[in-house]
Amino acid sequence: MSIADPILTRRPESRVWKKFRAHKSAMLGGVLVAFFVLIALAAPILPVPDPAATDWGAVRKAPTAAHPFGTDEIGRDVLARMIWGAQASLLAGVVSVGIAVLLGVPLGIVAGYFGGWTDAVISRCTEALLAAPFLILAIALAAFLGPSLTNAMIAIGLSATPIFIRLTRGQVLSVKAEDYVASARAIGLPTPKILTRYIFPNVLPPVLVQATLTIATAIIAEASLSFLGLGQQPPAPSWGSMLNTAKNFLNQAPWMAMWPGIAIFLVVLGFNLLGDGLRDALDPREH
Amino acid sequence: MNAFKTSLLAGLLSATALTVQAADLRIALQSDADVLDPDQSRTFVGRIVYASLCDKLVDITPELELIPQLATGWEWSEDGKSLTMTLREGVVFHDGTPFNAQAVADNIDRSQNLEESRRKSELKSVTGVDVVDDYTVRFNMAAPDATLLAQFADRSGMMVSPTAATAAGADFGLNPVCSGPFSFKERVAQDRIALERFPDYWNAAEIHFDSVTFLPIPDTTVRLANLQSGDIDMLERLAATDLAQAEGDGGIAVERAVSLGYQGITFNVANGEKGDNPWGNDKRLRQALSHALDRDAINQVVFEGAFAPGNQPFPPTSPWYDADHPVPARDVDKAKALLAEAGYPDGIDLEVQVPNTTVPLQLMQVVQAMAAEAGIRIEITSKEFATLLADQSAGDYQASQIGWSGRVDPDGNIHQFMTTGGGINDSHYSDPKVDEMLNAARASTDFEARKAEYDGARDVLIEDMPIVYLYHQTWIWALDTGLKGFTPYPDGMIRLEGVTLEN
Amino acid sequence: MLSFILRRILIAIPTILLISVFVFSLQKLLPGDPVLAMAGEERDPEVLDYLREKYRLNDPVPVQYLTWVGNALRGDLGISLRTNQPVTELIAEKLPVTIQLAVMAILFALVIGIPAGIISAVKKGTVTDYVANIVALSGLSVPNFWLGIMLILLVSVRLNLLPASGYVPLSEDPVKSITTMLMPAFVLGTALAATLMRHTRSAMLGVLKSDYVRTARAKGLHERRVVLKHAFRNALTPIVTLTALLFGELIAGAVLTEQIFTIPGFGKLVVDAVFNRDYAVVQGIVLVTAVGFIVMNLLADVAYVLLNPRLRTA
Repeated sequence: MSIADPILTRRPESRVWKKFRAHKSAMLGGVLVAFFVLIALAAPILPVPDPAATDWGAVRKAPTAAHPFGTDEIGRDVLARMIWGAQASLLAGVVSVGIAVLLGVPLGIVAGYFGGWTDAVISRCTEALLAAPFLILAIALAAFLGPSLTNAMIAIGLSATPIFIRLTRGQVLSVKAEDYVASARAIGLPTPKILTRYIFPNVLPPVLVQATLTIATAIIAEASLSFLGLGQQPPAPSWGSMLNTAKNFLNQAPWMAMWPGIAIFLVVLGFNLLGDGLRDALDPREH
Repeated sequence: MNAFKTSLLAGLLSATALTVQAADLRIALQSDADVLDPDQSRTFVGRIVYASLCDKLVDITPELELIPQLATGWEWSEDGKSLTMTLREGVVFHDGTPFNAQAVADNIDRSQNLEESRRKSELKSVTGVDVVDDYTVRFNMAAPDATLLAQFADRSGMMVSPTAATAAGADFGLNPVCSGPFSFKERVAQDRIALERFPDYWNAAEIHFDSVTFLPIPDTTVRLANLQSGDIDMLERLAATDLAQAEGDGGIAVERAVSLGYQGITFNVANGEKGDNPWGNDKRLRQALSHALDRDAINQVVFEGAFAPGNQPFPPTSPWYDADHPVPARDVDKAKALLAEAGYPDGIDLEVQVPNTTVPLQLMQVVQAMAAEAGIRIEITSKEFATLLADQSAGDYQASQIGWSGRVDPDGNIHQFMTTGGGINDSHYSDPKVDEMLNAARASTDFEARKAEYDGARDVLIEDMPIVYLYHQTWIWALDTGLKGFTPYPDGMIRLEGVTLEN
Repeated sequence: MLSFILRRILIAIPTILLISVFVFSLQKLLPGDPVLAMAGEERDPEVLDYLREKYRLNDPVPVQYLTWVGNALRGDLGISLRTNQPVTELIAEKLPVTIQLAVMAILFALVIGIPAGIISAVKKGTVTDYVANIVALSGLSVPNFWLGIMLILLVSVRLNLLPASGYVPLSEDPVKSITTMLMPAFVLGTALAATLMRHTRSAMLGVLKSDYVRTARAKGLHERRVVLKHAFRNALTPIVTLTALLFGELIAGAVLTEQIFTIPGFGKLVVDAVFNRDYAVVQGIVLVTAVGFIVMNLLADVAYVLLNPRLRTA
């Protein structure tokens, strides 16, 4: 990057980071997310029992020293399943949003930058998809693809794509109207260069904020699909599928329902706080 | 004056009668019924509703003996090719149409010829119906069919008003008109099916409710919570895991009966290309799986010991159960030996498809853990029920965890699954000897003769094992202790004759 | 104004057509044979073939689509394969249930969300503001189906205070109807209350900084009057628009809530229909919901123009 470049200097970035660090709730969100990411990554080396190991002598046992979170319907350690389940939930959140971003952002740029018929077609499709309720769309897609974690991620990713198309398109439209883009076009700068140099960097911050917030939604969506039996399949654990099983033993084993719910809540809260913080930090208006 | 006194007295009597008879009985069902037309219906809960709505030609006792309902008596001809029934007189349908021999003939005609009818295979043996006189009817058959009477104890024997059926055609289910103790009032899909007392019912003295409301409540915890709070009076299919809680509640009584059905693992033996796999080709592997399982432990872990472990299509309590092949104890060594014999000393993989609902998944996870100890590595593929069924019938599976709700006649639990080309023979299992014996069992009405045929077929099937049977569900009803006179039946139905509600 | 509305309606038409294509093709993609799925234990091949023919499932897909759209335009959405009931009848039966749930949820959200948002904006930067924000974010973060089961466990099973499930029509027994729906409405309204609170707060913050609020304060008006009369009134526009938009989302949010509380509304109908492969029902409901969503969007736009004095005079 050239020093003379008026847009890409180092200063704003460090300012963003500074603002972000000063944002207490965002830091709290970051800590929460980091905690769960660490647990998910460290699952194989943590000193917990095998999450698939059954013990028919200890079915649905309340929390004890041996099983601090209790055991489930076929005598597996709930704590171990919670820890391994973190992998499924986080993966579902990140991968599905990844799909949505990778599909949505290019489509949004194309629609916004080139306009015309391309824009009309993409925009109408986006509106139509947005009009179908997110969860119903995801349920139908997951049913179509067959119940599995991978398919749930694809279903959620596809359902979330229109959000990113619309966001990107709007952002591109506003940037396109800026003088510097107009002059870049006037001097005949090739389109790919305009896109990468001017459009994309401006699209990125709001997409980043939206992506963080959508991860939160996606984690809940994965839990919802698993709750309906359409997500992670046993014996592999996910918080949503644990809840699905737990609802049959609410009265006898309330801990089976309690822990996964709390975990989903905390990790989603983490992503929401992080997203809020990012938004404030990246917002050029508020200083 | 006298007349006034009488009417006053009658008024008082009916007022007291009202306080004795609870106005409405509310029953929670595990799911919503499908179309309310006995000829088109296919769900279990639908049959529970019919038990109050539609009378049948014959009924069963809890011991599965056939007893009169709309038919008062019957007789088989010498050659077993015709069945003559005498009918109850003075019975009317809910719309006032009289019930008689012609109505029976019309009903059989509808069951056999309505395009949408699901009863065709059940009544396949009937070649004609003769109206002998107003209250005598004769069913003619090309070959003897011992299962016919039992069919008349279920939907094929349910009589609908010919007047209403002709008028409504295939839409009959939107406003069903039968001759049972209660008539159809309204239905709000997924919310309730409301029936009201039919004053002209032939057995009205035995009916003590003004109306019955069936409420579909899928969640078992919620179903029980509703009973405990008094929002409903009874529920069917209490989860075995909720038994302790229900039994601990002084206001709740629990009734149970071992069902006529079974649950098991069906193997693809020869259904399409996928049938050509080690599990489909080598019965020793299937036997090994059966030996690897501790059916008692499965029953304990998944069903709190409330169900009945099983290894045949009939529960061990059934008179048709072959006692020469008792439920085997777990034998991991034998399972391993069988695997080694089949050429898999280091174990083998098995893919089992399972409906993606909690109980089957829990069951299969326990099976998976047990089988693993014998070297059978089960991969669970959970599918939605709709997909599972389609894949199973198309042969796109290796093994499938599925069951059968059970029929009164033993034929219903075995013939269509095990005979060559049978309607639900998704394994495509085929053995001429089994075909012969199961067909022979149909032709006789003699218990001993039939039992001998079924036992003969079992000797072959227990070897070939196209289905590894696991357990028999127990129907568990939970009811308000004020509800008296309820009799549990192995068919899982709720019969309201003689049932009262005291407060 | 009129031409604005007309233009919006014209744009909505291709969108609705596209939705119908999506809805239809989605159904065709679902695995499993609906007729077989309906058959359950009764699988007579002859009858299954007849039913496929009767419901025109053997027709080429484009023909099926055109038939469906043609019938839909005449107000006929087909019949449920499972219960034989007409889909339009099912929708008419379920719509009031879900609307009651949505309205109660919105009322709850308005009562909690707006005052919280105002207070939080007025007390920006204080502990009150901070707590209100965290509570709101928590509301957004809690999976509502989990909240639902926990409430059933606590309030219904353990304390036996409110019914765990069901629906009583408002016309039949208003009190029971409302008490039965209290918990579901709370569960459904939580996230909404949080969203409303956050938007009210940011709208209020914007308005509180504006010139005329400063003027009102300078005139020495009581702070309460400034906040409620001057500031809030101006912040109202985005809030009303948002509420209208969220109404559409509520219908979608009702999917799981209805499943958990066994409420016979739209959401439960559609989920059960997807699992049962009851094509006509899924198509009908998604179409109606999507059209409803577009109409709500349209109304939100109109409300925005009407409420915004500057746009109105323009």
